[in-house]
Amino acid sequence: MKHLPLVFWLVCALCHFCATSQTYAHGFAGARFFPATLSSDDPFVADELSLPTVSTIRTPDDGGTRQTDISVDIAKRITPQLGIEIGETLTALNPHEGRAANGFGNLELAGKYQFLKNDAHEAIASLGLGVEVGGTGSSSIGADSFSTWSPGIFFGKGFGDLPEAIRSLKPFAVTGQLGVAIPTSASTRSVTVNDETGEHELEIERHPDVLEWGFALEYSVVYLQSQVQDMHLPAPIDRLIPLVEFALETPLDRGEQGQTTGTINPGVIWAGKYFQIGAEAVIPINERTGTNVGVIAQLHFFLDDLFPHSIGRPLFGGKQ
Amino acid sequence: MKNMIVSLFLIILTGTARVEAHAFLKEAEPSVGCTVPSSPNEVRIRFTENIEPAFSSIQVFDSSGKEMDKRDVHLDRSDRALLHVSLPRLGPGTYKVVWRVVSVDTHVTNGNFTFRVTR
Repeated sequence: MKHLPLVFWLVCALCHFCATSQTYAHGFAGARFFPATLSSDDPFVADELSLPTVSTIRTPDDGGTRQTDISVDIAKRITPQLGIEIGETLTALNPHEGRAANGFGNLELAGKYQFLKNDAHEAIASLGLGVEVGGTGSSSIGADSFSTWSPGIFFGKGFGDLPEAIRSLKPFAVTGQLGVAIPTSASTRSVTVNDETGEHELEIERHPDVLEWGFALEYSVVYLQSQVQDMHLPAPIDRLIPLVEFALETPLDRGEQGQTTGTINPGVIWAGKYFQIGAEAVIPINERTGTNVGVIAQLHFFLDDLFPHSIGRPLFGGKQ
Repeated sequence: MKNMIVSLFLIILTGTARVEAHAFLKEAEPSVGCTVPSSPNEVRIRFTENIEPAFSSIQVFDSSGKEMDKRDVHLDRSDRALLHVSLPRLGPGTYKVVWRVVSVDTHVTNGNFTFRVTR
């Protein structure tokens, strides 16, 4: 485990020297613009700022707890293919019974290497390694005292290369991710006092490795208008990207294997010149995840368009 | 960080910043996916941003992949976001327009669309 970051950076360095394409930009593969999705990580590296992402949902914890998250994420390209990300979340927990709590979650850091971009087939793919830094968040909202590493692969594919006979499907695209969250601690032991007997009890909370998987199916009105058929749609409809995201987690071991949780998130993104706005419903896929519908919304800035000559460009090796 | 965030909001709210962005196709003539009764004299594409003509192109291909345009892509005299390319007389058929542009802040975008000539 301790060699995972080293392996990741070595793979990135190897890919970097093998790469041939020089024309990278945020979220583009050929004529396809991939918006930043709200519930899953993007398949590209970029100079972007999500400020804020707000979500709220009632979870089944403690007889029903309203959880509201306000987060900020910033992504910065080091080279045209290699980027880093930093994220932080403020969480407010309002249980049906008991005390409300709020505080910051653990700091989240990530590196991503975009190893594939095929303009003709509107395909894009990246390798990423994230870490939730244990002990940097507030224990009152359940931030883990241990770190969790998350290697993964991220991909995007536009349908613009479909035959003309089914050209109406060309505005569709799919993005997705597949990764594993690997906690550095297999379990947490804590001693509690039984209210009735007054005796001390040992509680063991297990932390399984978790398969993180999901995808988003998008329909780009922007693509429809500019690549397939000009429908003369007025603003703001001409910049809409309706989508549905599937964000899923499946524990792999430690007694919880196969107990998948997740949400299906239908919504819409409006993408402008310098920023995009998105909102989605958050629908639990099963009772284990919850029984109430939540909502997530995000304001997301394209730093490479806002500051093309300064912070919006890679630190090394690229004009874009 | 605080200054950057404040700058961001000011730029967006005031709309006065001299920043450019990726150039998207705003409108085309012949329009994207349309059918026209006779051969157009040229293809015009207006983009959402001003364009660097030296690094931008429009090509028109027939169904066999033969380039049909007159290879004279040029920027409009009064509109730096409008590109033209001239066409010879086109026969009936479907034609593919392939464009690649560099906006003035050096962002590259590209795309393609078809139009059909009926006679």
